[in-house]
Amino acid sequence: MTQDIYVVIEHIQGKVSDISYIMTAAAKDLAQHEGGEVVGILLGSNVSHLKDNLALDRVILGEHPDLKDFSSDAWKRTLLAVFAEYSPRAVFFGNTTIGSDLSSSIAAHQDCPIINHCIKISDQGLVTSQICGGKIMTDSQLSEKTTLISMIPGGYKPEEGQGGPPRDVVEFPVPDLSDLKVKVAQYIEPDTSDVDISQEKVLVAVGRGIQTEDNIELAQELADLLGGTLCASRPVIDQGWLPTSRLVGKSGKSVKPDLYLSLGISGATEHLEGITGSKTIVAVNSDPDAPIFDVAKYGIEVDLFDLIDPLLEKIEAAKGG
Amino acid sequence: MTEIVVIARLVPDLVEELEIAPSGKALDRSWLRLIINEFDNHAIEQAIIIKERSGAKVTVISPDAEGVEDMLYSSAAKGADRLIKLTGLDEEKKPTNKSLAQSLAGLIKEINPDLILTGVQANDDLTGDLGPQVADLLDMPYVGYISGVSLEGSTAKALKEYPGGLLAEMEISLPAALGIQASEEPPRYVAISKVRQMMSTANIEEISAGELDTEGEFTIERMYLPEAAEKAEMLEGSEEEIAAQLTSVLEDLGLL
Ligand SMILES: Cc1cc2nc3c(=O)[nH]c(=O)nc-3n(C[C@H](O)[C@H](O)[C@H](O)COP(=O)(O)OP(=O)(O)OC[C@H]3O[C@@H](n4cnc5c(N)ncnc54)[C@H](O)[C@@H]3O)c2cc1C
Ligand SMILES: Nc1ncnc2c1ncn2[C@@H]1O[C@H](COP(=O)(O)O)[C@@H](O)[C@H]1O
Repeated sequence: MTQDIYVVIEHIQGKVSDISYIMTAAAKDLAQHEGGEVVGILLGSNVSHLKDNLALDRVILGEHPDLKDFSSDAWKRTLLAVFAEYSPRAVFFGNTTIGSDLSSSIAAHQDCPIINHCIKISDQGLVTSQICGGKIMTDSQLSEKTTLISMIPGGYKPEEGQGGPPRDVVEFPVPDLSDLKVKVAQYIEPDTSDVDISQEKVLVAVGRGIQTEDNIELAQELADLLGGTLCASRPVIDQGWLPTSRLVGKSGKSVKPDLYLSLGISGATEHLEGITGSKTIVAVNSDPDAPIFDVAKYGIEVDLFDLIDPLLEKIEAAKGG
Repeated sequence: MTEIVVIARLVPDLVEELEIAPSGKALDRSWLRLIINEFDNHAIEQAIIIKERSGAKVTVISPDAEGVEDMLYSSAAKGADRLIKLTGLDEEKKPTNKSLAQSLAGLIKEINPDLILTGVQANDDLTGDLGPQVADLLDMPYVGYISGVSLEGSTAKALKEYPGGLLAEMEISLPAALGIQASEEPPRYVAISKVRQMMSTANIEEISAGELDTEGEFTIERMYLPEAAEKAEMLEGSEEEIAAQLTSVLEDLGLL
């Protein structure tokens, strides 16, 4: 085994994803403790230029027409070949729609361990993870074997992994990709007919704490009074109470309003990913330990249904006066 | 007949206070209230939707835990045909996902399904997801972040989510395992009376998980509660007072 730390570079529609820079930053920290180099694995078709802004020592480039779109089957076959050739000390994957299809499956295939939800490499070189929706932290050591690490954003800024271009580029012979079991038939672009919440200045966000579809109206009243727009966490969207265009977070949109007023949202990492650009976050939640209070500027620990009516009154009075 | 297996698990309810065991390296599970992993609930729903649309036999498998019978009976009330409880698990120690995956793979191999559905992620998941691991052991492709599946012959057509609302329509050769992010329709509710009825008519098969490894392959040095770098400034008082304070905050921000 080498001491090198590998990063599986993710890109979508021709653009390197932020998580790739974040993983590169983490890999640099880990490489310092392990005494190896930081190596990126870049798979795709005509993607060589995507390496140029990554702070890597080396890039392993695998290009093939069947790697153009992300297919877990094609990528897994190629990555297994790369690992067999180079035997990395550790490999970073994104805890994302791409990385998560690969990391656990490769861990099972290679019989090597995987540390999930890594947010940071600690000063001691331990892998710090944030689990249980952000409520629990763990520090773990790499195992004796190649250790896979699945990374979430939050601990590094993308800029920390930018730089480059890498010193060396190694072209890797892509293995046989015939009879792929996973293929992309087509992409379906998001519906753009609704408001674009990423451009709104005032957002009132509702989470599972809103309890029923009927209660959405209450939050809408508050949003209207503030001249703002309603958005939501995933469970509210999955219930069909608001359209997908209003989803904030990892699978939805990142927002950057002046005011983000959240009602009954716990603050799971997948949600927080989407709101870090907000200027002022106000969080209403009846659970004093809700992780949303760690990122909010103002916190209110009450039952949201007891607060809305007096709040509507006070705001009306303030506006009228 | 199309065979669908759903792997569903109970996980800690994260709205409760979480405690760390005296070892400092694991969650204290004795105090945890368990609920169905939200995404597994969507996986069950998606299986039932496929069954209603094109016919299938749906088997739900769950590792034993307090409350698992209720979960299995309610799956039956929704339309699941076969219920399996994986028994013989250590109550104190959580098995590694890998050993659980091995045990499940053995069991699922016997069923020989066309499709395995499981939640894309468990909220307490300390390890890799179970779905991809089982898939690898059974030599099936795995695709996660799925929000809708239909079967056409020997192919599953599934919608895979990318950030910002972009979707990819995937064609996946069966047999395959999919990680469900959301079912096409929100998970249905079933009346308690119907669940009760299942308690007397449906049968839960108990199958031993065999020897499971509870030691991870890497060492957790420490488990701890996050220290908030900057905790929010808490607005205190009666609801009236808080409303007044918040209103003046909004005024200061120039929003009113
Ligand atoms: C791959 C993946 C992608 C995901 N993408 C996203 C995403 O893009 N966006 C997203 O939001 N989530 C996403 N999630 C889901 C995420 O993990 C959480 O499950 C979700 O954010 C939780 O939503 P919530 O805070 O509304 O619900 P919960 O976590 O259930 O929290 C509800 C909160 O409301 C509080 N509450 C309840 N009643 C009241 C009351 N009366 N008054 C005040 N407070 C109350 C509770 O204390 C609790 O904190 C994703 C998950 C996965 C696995
Ligand atoms: N991020 C993490 N934090 C703490 N423990 C973890 C983490 N990831 C995996 N584990 C533990 O690692 C062990 C083995 O995982 P696995 O190799 O995936 O079977 C399990 O006991 C898990 O509890």
